[in-house]
Amino acid sequence: MASAKTTLSKPASGRFILFTLALGLLANLVPWNGMAKLLWPDCIALLLVYWIIYQPRHVGLGTAWFLGLLMDIADGVLFGQHALAYTLMAYMAQILHRRLQMFSPWQQSLYVFGLLLISLVIMLVTRLAFGAAFPGPLYFASSVIGAVLWPSLSLLLRLPQHRKPRPDDTYTKLINK
Amino acid sequence: MDSTSPPFFKRGLPPPVRLAIFSGLALLLMVVDGHYHYLNTLRNTLAVVINPLQHVMNAPVRLASQVSSFFVVQGRLRGENADLKDKQLLLAGQMLQFQALQAENARLRSLLAAQKRYTQKTTMAEILYSGRDPFARKIIIDRGSLHDVKPGQVVADDVGVVGQITRVNLGVSEVTLVTDKDQAVPVQNLRNGLRAVVFGNGQEGTLDVPFMPVNADMQPGDQLVTSGIDGIYPPGLPVAIISKVERNAAYPFAKISCTPSAGTDRERQVLILSAVQSAPIPPRPQEPPPQTVKHGKR
Repeated sequence: MASAKTTLSKPASGRFILFTLALGLLANLVPWNGMAKLLWPDCIALLLVYWIIYQPRHVGLGTAWFLGLLMDIADGVLFGQHALAYTLMAYMAQILHRRLQMFSPWQQSLYVFGLLLISLVIMLVTRLAFGAAFPGPLYFASSVIGAVLWPSLSLLLRLPQHRKPRPDDTYTKLINK
Repeated sequence: MDSTSPPFFKRGLPPPVRLAIFSGLALLLMVVDGHYHYLNTLRNTLAVVINPLQHVMNAPVRLASQVSSFFVVQGRLRGENADLKDKQLLLAGQMLQFQALQAENARLRSLLAAQKRYTQKTTMAEILYSGRDPFARKIIIDRGSLHDVKPGQVVADDVGVVGQITRVNLGVSEVTLVTDKDQAVPVQNLRNGLRAVVFGNGQEGTLDVPFMPVNADMQPGDQLVTSGIDGIYPPGLPVAIISKVERNAAYPFAKISCTPSAGTDRERQVLILSAVQSAPIPPRPQEPPPQTVKHGKR
C-alpha cells in the first residue's frame, strides 16, 4: 500500500490486550431492549479479529474459544455456540492476517464484515439445529454495523502504541546528521 | 536437507490441528448441553456470578431512560392524567358490581359446597431488560428467589398472560414469553368454550393454534383465555385474539394465527401470579389386606 503510512509502533502489551478484551466483554453485556439488541455489534468478535491480525502470536484460536465460552456463559445460551463460531472465525482471520495487515482500514472492514457474518451464520445454524426459530433477517444487521465501526476501532486501538519521537533517539540523530 | 523448521520458528501445534481440537471441544460441549442437558445447573450457578456485571452495565441504560422520562412534556402528562381519571371512574363502577357479584358467587359456591376458589396472591415486578439471546424470546424481571419466586409461575400484565418463569436467581428471574418457540398455553375460546393449545412460534406478535380440525368453530376476533385445566395457568386470563383462520381442505388442520393480548414491549410492570393450588389429590384408598389365597393341594 503506497498510501498507507508505515509508522513503527510498539508491540501491544499482553496486559493491554487483556484489558481491551475485558472491556469488549462488558460492552457485549449491555442489556438492550428490542431493536438495539440486534443492532449492537459483537465487540468481542471485532477485538478478536483485530488482535489476530496485529498480534497473531498473542491471540489465537485458544483465546477465541475461551472468549466464546465466556460469551455463552454470559448470555446463558447453548454452551459451545459462541465458542465454535469464534474458533472458526479466528481460524479464517489467522489465514488472512498477513494480507489484512497490508490493507487500509476501510478495505479491512470488508473482510471483517465477512468474518462477522460467518460467525453469525455458524451460530444461526447451530441454534436452528437445536430447534430454535429464525429470528428474522435483521439478525445479520450487527455484522454490517461492526464492519462500519471497524476503522474507528482500529484507530482507537492503535493510539496507545504510537511511539513518541524522542530527541535523544540514536536513529533520529543519525538521520539528522 | 532437513526440511523441518528450526526451533525458533516453532509455534506449537499447526493451526488446522488447533482448529480441529477447539471446534471439536465446542461441538462436544454443545451436544452435552443441548442434547443431554447436563449443564443446566452449572449455567444457573454461573448466571448468579454474571448477574452483578449485567446490573452494572444496565445502570447507564436505566439512567438514560430515567433522564428522558424526566423531560416528559407537561401536556402529555395532563392528557394521561385525565385519561387515567376517566378509567378510574369506569373501573370503580365495575368494581362495585364485581364486589356484589363476588359476594353472590361466594354464597352460591358455599351453597353448592364447592371448593373455594383461591384468592390470587400476586407480586409486582419490573422488567429489567430483554434476554440477550436473539434466538429466544425472554425477559428478565427484578424479582427472584429472595422474593419467593418459583419456576413455573405465571407472569401477566394488566391485559393478559405475558409468559412463565423459567429460571430463578437470587434477585432476578427469567420469563419465557408466550411468543417463544414451542411455549404452550392451554386456552379456551371465550365465545364457545372450545379448548385448544396456543403455541409460540418465535416471532414477535404472533401465536399459533395448531392441531385444530378444519371445521373447528374458531373465527377471527375470538378471544382466547386460559382454560385452567393444566393446573399451572389460572383460568380466565386473556392470552390472545384470533387474527386469521385459513381453512384448506388439503390439510388435516386449520391454520389459525392470533395476536397475543399482553404487550411485553410496552409495559415495564408485570404481575407474578402465585402458583395455582390445584384441587388436593384425594387420599390413596386403603389397600385391601393381602388376600391369602389358599391353594388346594396339587
